[in-house]
Amino acid sequence: MARKVNLRIWRGDSNSGALQNVEVEANEGEVVLDVIHRVQATQMGDLAVRWNCKAGKCGSCSMEINGKPRLACMTRMSSFEEGEEITVTPLRAFPVIKDLVADVSFNYKKAMEIPAYEHPADLGPGEARMEQIDVERSQEFRKCIECFLCQDTCHVIRDHEENKKSFAGPRFFIRIAELDMHPLDMLKNRKRTAQEEHGLGMCNITKCCTEVCPEHIRITDNAIIPMKERVVDVKYDPARWLGSKIRRREG
Amino acid sequence: MTELERYKYDVLVIGAGGAGLRAAVEAREAGLRVAIICKSLFGKAHTVMAEGGAAASMGNVNSGDNWQVHFRDTMRGGKFLNHYRMAELHAKESPDRIYELEMWGALFDRTKEGKISQRNFGGHEYPRLAHVGDRTGLELIRTMQQKIVQLQQKDAREYGNAEANIRVFAELTITEIIKEKGVVAGAYGYWREGGNEVLFEAQAVIIATGGVGKTFKITSNSWEGTGDGHALALKAGANLVDMEFLQFHPTGMVWPPSVRGILVTESVRGEGGVLTNTLGERFMFKYIPDVFKDKYADNEEEADRWYLDQDNNRRPPELLPRDEVARAINSEVKAGRGTEHGGVFLDVSKRIPAEVIKKRLPSMWHQFYELAGVDITKEAMEVGPTCHYVMGGVEVEPDTAAAIGVPGLFAAGEVAGGMHGSNRLGGNSLSDLLVFGRRAGMGAAAYVKSATAVAVSEASVKAAADRIQAPFTRAGGENAYSLHQELQEVTHNLVGIIRTGSELKDAIEKIADIRKRSQNVSVAGDRKFNPGFHLAFDLDNMLLVAESTAKSAIAREESRGGHTRDDFPGMNDKWRQVNHISSYNGSEVVVREQKLPTLPKELFDLFDIHELEKYMTSEEIAKGGSN
Repeated sequence: MARKVNLRIWRGDSNSGALQNVEVEANEGEVVLDVIHRVQATQMGDLAVRWNCKAGKCGSCSMEINGKPRLACMTRMSSFEEGEEITVTPLRAFPVIKDLVADVSFNYKKAMEIPAYEHPADLGPGEARMEQIDVERSQEFRKCIECFLCQDTCHVIRDHEENKKSFAGPRFFIRIAELDMHPLDMLKNRKRTAQEEHGLGMCNITKCCTEVCPEHIRITDNAIIPMKERVVDVKYDPARWLGSKIRRREG
Repeated sequence: MTELERYKYDVLVIGAGGAGLRAAVEAREAGLRVAIICKSLFGKAHTVMAEGGAAASMGNVNSGDNWQVHFRDTMRGGKFLNHYRMAELHAKESPDRIYELEMWGALFDRTKEGKISQRNFGGHEYPRLAHVGDRTGLELIRTMQQKIVQLQQKDAREYGNAEANIRVFAELTITEIIKEKGVVAGAYGYWREGGNEVLFEAQAVIIATGGVGKTFKITSNSWEGTGDGHALALKAGANLVDMEFLQFHPTGMVWPPSVRGILVTESVRGEGGVLTNTLGERFMFKYIPDVFKDKYADNEEEADRWYLDQDNNRRPPELLPRDEVARAINSEVKAGRGTEHGGVFLDVSKRIPAEVIKKRLPSMWHQFYELAGVDITKEAMEVGPTCHYVMGGVEVEPDTAAAIGVPGLFAAGEVAGGMHGSNRLGGNSLSDLLVFGRRAGMGAAAYVKSATAVAVSEASVKAAADRIQAPFTRAGGENAYSLHQELQEVTHNLVGIIRTGSELKDAIEKIADIRKRSQNVSVAGDRKFNPGFHLAFDLDNMLLVAESTAKSAIAREESRGGHTRDDFPGMNDKWRQVNHISSYNGSEVVVREQKLPTLPKELFDLFDIHELEKYMTSEEIAKGGSN
């Protein structure tokens, strides 16, 4: 049950580019990435697109489809109306390399700025004991496939290049939250550095990141808001501040 | 042409999946400077697709487990064609590798006592797979990715440069391993982004490039699985061992067509999923082979009881090793008892409450709901075999992962051969890449410390550069996309799950023809992020791999594990003693027989003699292993 669809694909590089119209076949059950691949194999052999697993597990084929940050492998063609024009463009918050491929190196630089996990020195191989319920909080954030759609949609950096220097973005707020909630991590003050060094305060919880997350991680509710609340507590409550200095881990 | 970029490292790791990253960590911690090459972005490797878990006999769920039981299961699963030493090292070292990940921050699911939980899987006698829901591979990759970032942060503090001693080169393709005076001197490649060329001078090169799935039409592998490392090793003078053995995972998605081949984790069966045909028959009971009869239930009642009481019941036949289940599904579909889309039904909805399914198999629920519109808590899934894993690979020294015949070359993970014999057990891949990734890192470090460096000659650089430029110099030649599709048709139809001599002969001729035409591939556009250009090199690799597979398959006149011959059904004791060694003579792949290493007495004695009688000749049994 093949049908013809009209695709508008952004083609170009960092110097210039424009949308190009193509007509291409789409078959039952296909996703946008299938159709892009068909264009590549039959009409534009050098069309640049990133992809890997084609199953929503690796987060490579991030792009904007009709202006929305999406995974091309998880956007079914049947979600568009008959005759609807489909526009595919590269992620807007990052510099374009070519066609649908953006330079996402910003994210790898930010990853480097988050202090790593610190294992308790006295806990040897196989000695760790953790409750399932305690690991689940961090596990939610470890589901992240690093598609960077949350980074792309976040208005703090989407159209504000100047904020990139001081803002780690939602992907790395959940990384900090994951380590902060990790039952074994020994590094202190993760919430405070999130606020002071990684720009947590710049987020005004519009929840756009949560909306685009293909893994349905509750970025805002479960990571950003709890961290914001406790940063305030720790900062302004003298008893808590003192407690955080005495106990092994901050509250 | 832009100027050639040149780098010098002690160790070059090609591949940033589980094996590559584990090797890189080990080599760096041994004090060496390490470069990691990935074909895609850092953290996207195919390892993230591994769902079920990592097999390690920690005995957290059943204390009866230990390395000996794991070793026996692995040898059985591989139908005794495994390199015993690899299976032994793997079984002994897996638990330590899992604990190590935990110390690097990994968060595995827990038992009630707070230990790492372990789940059942096909062919494993006890619950053995450490897991994180059904996204264990992602946890492994992320943990090691973050471990590498940690090492870089340390270097940033000590040397003022995060990339002083370990650097990730993302979106870079290696086209050649360069040897000088018979030893490895480095490797050559290009940046996928801009197309400019790069020379790495390194005394040791570790190949960790994963699998070959993209040579087949229906596969669970991503575009990266094009056998690059297999081909690079062959061309560098290394051997491939037993390339006829490919694992067709029994349960890939079959509908809609665009998702055909995408993996449905074995955990679905481990958690209680049953396979039925269109008549509603739970057909696996019909397909229990003699060698497994004492371990698998032959009736539904006992199979169902096993989920509650594993000590007093035999396991359900849905949990037979993958080759058995894949063949069974294939037979059912051939006999006309398959679905209209050519699959069978896999159902968890009738046995497990919806909320438990969503908790234990979250990404499966997600995958079916979003890609196929199927709610697996209410309906059955449609599944069929998909090309998943290659057991064959680079022939290595088990202890060091050194490629035999090429000083300075190492291989680990799926690209290495021997460990899994004729069939890999689920869960043994994640543990394999940790155990042998580490050993390759150690092996390379020891080699670098004892060998003297050789410089890369300008002649080698020029030859490598000419080869990269070639597709642009040919106008109006063959289209790489079309040739790739042709190759996939040939392998799917003639070298697939069931094979015969005449079809294999046909395949070998057709592959040779495609290979000849591939020498004339031309590429449109320029070098900048040009998939057509990239495919030209991938295609070259896939063709060599397919040739090696077809030639090994026609030579093995028996059926065993991931190699089924319609014209030679059943295992043959004689063939159990034979490895097929592929080498490259400069124009084609040549396959020869080599005797399988003999099981030493202490490992031989771990088995019941009656079990060994099912696999070995009477002379082998009489000998009782080697001393």
